[in-house]
Parts: sequence; structure tokens; C-alpha cells
Amino acid sequence: MGKKFSGISQTMSRFRGWIQAGATLLTNLHLPNFLKGGLYQGAGKTVCVPGLNCYSCPAAFGACPIGAFQAVVGSSKFSFSYYITGFLILLGVLLGRFICGFLCPFGWFQELLHKIPTKKLSTKRLKPLTYLKYAVLLVMVFLLPAFLVNDVGMGDPFFCKYLCPQGVLEGAIPLSLANSGIRAALGKLFTWKFSILLSVIALSVLFYRPFCKWLCPLGAFYALFNRVSLFQMKVDKNKCISCGKCARACKMDVDVTKTPNHTECIRCGMCIRACPTKAVCFRYGFGDGKDKAKAAETLQTNNNNREE
Amino acid sequence: MSCEKKAAAQIVLLMAGAAMLCFGVWRGEAATVLSKAIKLCLECVGIG
Repeated sequence: MGKKFSGISQTMSRFRGWIQAGATLLTNLHLPNFLKGGLYQGAGKTVCVPGLNCYSCPAAFGACPIGAFQAVVGSSKFSFSYYITGFLILLGVLLGRFICGFLCPFGWFQELLHKIPTKKLSTKRLKPLTYLKYAVLLVMVFLLPAFLVNDVGMGDPFFCKYLCPQGVLEGAIPLSLANSGIRAALGKLFTWKFSILLSVIALSVLFYRPFCKWLCPLGAFYALFNRVSLFQMKVDKNKCISCGKCARACKMDVDVTKTPNHTECIRCGMCIRACPTKAVCFRYGFGDGKDKAKAAETLQTNNNNREE
Repeated sequence: MSCEKKAAAQIVLLMAGAAMLCFGVWRGEAATVLSKAIKLCLECVGIG
């Protein structure tokens, strides 16, 4: 495994917090809109952002992929969105859950909450809950908006309406503070969604990224592509001393030495930083690099034999 | 999954993703996304 890859991986994982902050800022470039109490209405919103970021956030630069998918399938014209599905497949293959670990504003928000110094709880025994997000993706994002429709063929965005806490955090709270009309219109649905947001906040302090692990449909979609993503985790078996430090450091409950491209791995790089022999690193490219590694090993063996 | 099979799957998925994205744009989905995203999403913010 090249020293270059190892060095880049170390640097990326060390500065991850700054990359997350930068990604959140880029996703929400129109900051003055927070004071105006209005939304950005430019053509940029035709394009989706990679992370979970509500398009009703005053500063949002692009559209939320999950919200956009439901908007298309819930419209009277379409019952499936090729545009958003294609976009998500591309991102899933190009980056996988690296997006969750480095680019998602709501993931970063939960991580900041988890830094609050209190007792922390493990999610290892709650592993079955990780399957819940796939049900959320299938039922609330794909099926209900497409098939539970009104007389004119329009469906509700069920995930955005009943479950997503990001709309309240980024949309309802700042908009209601700046706009008295919106403040007056908030009712029972807001109370329900605000309760979800408060629950996610409380859980995020105790557990690491509870929403990403158990509920996020976007994370579920990217997770399906983690095994075939070009962005991969790589473990050098020759350097690994099986100390188990990487598995203990992983807050997503993944053992990178056994399943480097596990569906739950968000490429946060905690295993990279924990490894005493620098056996773990990021890899980007087609295939899994085993053939190149084998070729390099064979070349090295041949060279050694010649020298002898 | 062997290295070749994985690379083939990656290429096929990238091409399928790009094709679906283009087809979606061609049939007017991007305009639907824009028209929804520039307006306040009442469901998202909890108005209903």
C-alpha cells in the first residue's frame, strides 16, 4: 500500500471536522437569507446536494435529494424519478457513504452534539435497528408518495412531512424567527416534528449519529452502494497486527479488518487514526486494487530473487 | 466479488446512473424539482 495513500487518508481523517464544516457552508451558501426570512430561488435548486439538507432552509443552495425524489413521484405527472435515482446511483458509486461521513450537514450536526461531554452509550446491541432505515426508504420515500395519492394524483412527501427533523432545524425554526406569518401558521404537525428533532438531539448526545444509523433514507440508499463504491477502505494484511484497535475505535460498529466496505461504514477514518501500524487507508479507483497489489508483490519477490 | 467483476459492476452502474439522470432531465423531472425547491415546502417545515 503506497505511503501516498496512507498520508492522504491520515490528513483527510484528521481534518474531517473542517471538511464537514466547509461542505455544510457550501450546501448553504445564501446565508443572508436567514435575516431576510426568504428562500434562495435561483436555478441552482434544479441540482441536488449530496447530503440531507432541506430545500426550505433559507440558505440552501440546492435541492435535497430525498425531498426532490418525493416531489417528483408525488406530482401528478410522474410516479418514479429517474433524474434523482440516477443522480443517487452516480453519487453512490463515486463516493458511497463517504458522503455521510464528510459531506452531510445533518451528520455533522449530530457529531457536534455527540461532543457534549456526558456519558456515552454503545449502539452495538441495537444493530437490528440499522435495518429500519431501509424500511423508511422503501415505504416513506418510494411507495407512499407514489401510491397514496389524492383525486388529482398527487401524493404527500411522507418522509419530509412526518419524520425528517432537518426541515424543522433548517427551515421552520429560522423562518419562523424571521417571519411572523410563518410563525402564526405553525400547528400540530410542527409540534410533532419538533418533538422528533428534540428526540434526535437528545439521542445524538448519548449515541453516535442515531439518525444516520437507524432512520436516514439517504444513508440507506448510499449504503446499498458501499460495496461497489470507488471510494473504499483498504486494509494491508501484511501490516495488520490484529490488535483490534480499529474495531474498538469505530463508532459505527464496523470491524474494518473483516468487512472494509460494510454498509454502515461512513469512511470517517477513525480506524485509520487508531491503527498503530498504518495498515488501514482510503483507496479510490475501479476494482478493489488486489490485482495491482498482487502484481507489485510478485515484482518485489522477483527482484529479491534476482538480487540473491 | 473478484476485481474484474467489481470494476465491471462499477462501470455498468455509472453508465446506468448517467442514463437515468439524462432520461429524467429529458422528460422534465428537473423542472418539477426546481418548481418545488424554490417554494417553501409546507410539509417540510411542519405547516402541513
